[in-house]
Amino acid sequence: MIPELGRRFMQTVIVLFGVSMVTFLLMHAAPGHPLQTNPELRLDPTAVERWLQLHQLDQPLISQYLAWLSRVFRGDFGESLLYNRPVLELMGERLPSTLLLTLTAFVLALFLAIVVGIKIATQQNSWLDRFVCTLSLAGISVPYFWLAMVLVLLFAYRFPFLPAVGMRTPGDGSILDILKHMLLPLIVMVIANFARYVRYVRSAVLDVLQQDYVRSAIARGLKGKDILYRHVLPNAAMPIITVAALSLPMLFTGAMVAEYVFAWPGLGRFIVTSTMARDYPVIMTVNLYTASLVAIANFIADALYLLIDPRLR
Amino acid sequence: MRSNLTLFIGLTLIALLTMLAVLAPVLATHDPAATNADKWLQPPSSEHFFGTDRLGRDVFSRVLYGGRVSLAVGLLSTFLSLGVGTLLGLVASYYGGLVDVIIMRVADIVLVFPSMLLALTLVAIFEPALWLVILVIGGTGWPSVARLVRSEVLRLRQSDFVASARLLGAKNARIVWQHLLPNAIGPVLVAATFSVPAAVMTEAGLSYLGLGVQPPTPTWGNMLRDAQLYLRYAWWYAFFPGLFIFLTVFSFHLTGEGLRQTLGLSQTARRNWRAGS
Repeated sequence: MIPELGRRFMQTVIVLFGVSMVTFLLMHAAPGHPLQTNPELRLDPTAVERWLQLHQLDQPLISQYLAWLSRVFRGDFGESLLYNRPVLELMGERLPSTLLLTLTAFVLALFLAIVVGIKIATQQNSWLDRFVCTLSLAGISVPYFWLAMVLVLLFAYRFPFLPAVGMRTPGDGSILDILKHMLLPLIVMVIANFARYVRYVRSAVLDVLQQDYVRSAIARGLKGKDILYRHVLPNAAMPIITVAALSLPMLFTGAMVAEYVFAWPGLGRFIVTSTMARDYPVIMTVNLYTASLVAIANFIADALYLLIDPRLR
Repeated sequence: MRSNLTLFIGLTLIALLTMLAVLAPVLATHDPAATNADKWLQPPSSEHFFGTDRLGRDVFSRVLYGGRVSLAVGLLSTFLSLGVGTLLGLVASYYGGLVDVIIMRVADIVLVFPSMLLALTLVAIFEPALWLVILVIGGTGWPSVARLVRSEVLRLRQSDFVASARLLGAKNARIVWQHLLPNAIGPVLVAATFSVPAAVMTEAGLSYLGLGVQPPTPTWGNMLRDAQLYLRYAWWYAFFPGLFIFLTVFSFHLTGEGLRQTLGLSQTARRNWRAGS
């Protein structure tokens, strides 16, 4: 198990280096350099030369990459072109609002999915099972920004008891106010996550129900409840925890388009608006951050599998 | 029975939506670009089935024409990712060794970038355009297909019929094309039913943010972007384009579900699900 874990760890490290290279190359694939944004601007060639030298942009690509990487390792991700402030600071300020939304949605959706998923797995092919399965397929098919618009239409405009956008009413910092603003984005995200999770829970429980030890437990005349709690759930827990681990990146980046629709002042919306503004240092950092999170989440999921399933060792 | 029903409903819906898109010039009641200053933001009526937009254009006709773009993006980018993915998966599994390691590590690296983020980044670097959207979605979709094909081939290579073909003196190329590829096609087809709706959704998302297909070409995504400002006054403006995105994506998911059950493929957890779409 330890060597396998080490192998996976090395793979993750390689992927992380790959991620940094891709991110760096992407930014250098942008045509021209920052001084060439306006073609009508006639610049003194020697001044351009000096500027490029100053920012070390005349050096070979590989040394530029290494210089950038060493800055990244020191925690220096550059400054936003839009705000003239360190990228990391800007991201840090927005992370709490995102976490408030994503964590709440994650907990609610996972809890609902576990309760409903177990229920429908134990009555496979019943009308309830079919209904939930179809509903969850519909849930993963709905464009969330559209769902958000429909909810705003209904609950903010037609029957106006909820605010359409933002996180706070200016001048009102109460928790109730934030909760009211949170409700619509939360509903969208819970629907989105629930639709995905419930299918995993259902198939995880179904997998266990088909195992021999469950059959023999039934043969021994154990009660349904005992079988469920003693044999099925502990074994079905693992794939579910793995899926939870794979949700980690989503928690820390936020749902980009959903935050944008609701003007939720979080990281997801920041990513979208920075991209639109071509704020390259932010785009670069966000790519590095998100892709690293996914790589790390994958490693955690792999490690969990190894820990739990002795057959993989 | 039930899986066949799911498959049937899914395929029927796909056929219907495709027909609407292909026959858009015949079925459209108005010129999708024709503006009418006297008739802006009209609710649905017998003349304008889905109402009119902020410039008095017919939403029904625009939805039909928008479907052409959405389906084209979905299908072309899927062809791209399936083609590249199948090829690289075959090469990786067949040659093994260093080739395999390099291809699969590159796949790993592409996989950890959420497709929506990568699409946003590439569109920010270059200018938003239809071909770029197709290229980006197709170019980020191949790794999961490559992984799938690779694991299928590795599994099939152990099977008796490949061993007997080899004993009969079949050449490598013949084994790959005649034996491995046809048998790996089922999972690839199922992958396609995930890939098309994901592409449709990404295109819609990008266009909604104004970073995808640019006006005046109508797409469901950029119609929603336009409609956002008029949401309070004209529900139909946003409702119908979104409904069609939903129906298209839903029809492919139904087909995939039905196909998977019919082919007897187990519902394995899809490991490489993407964050933040």
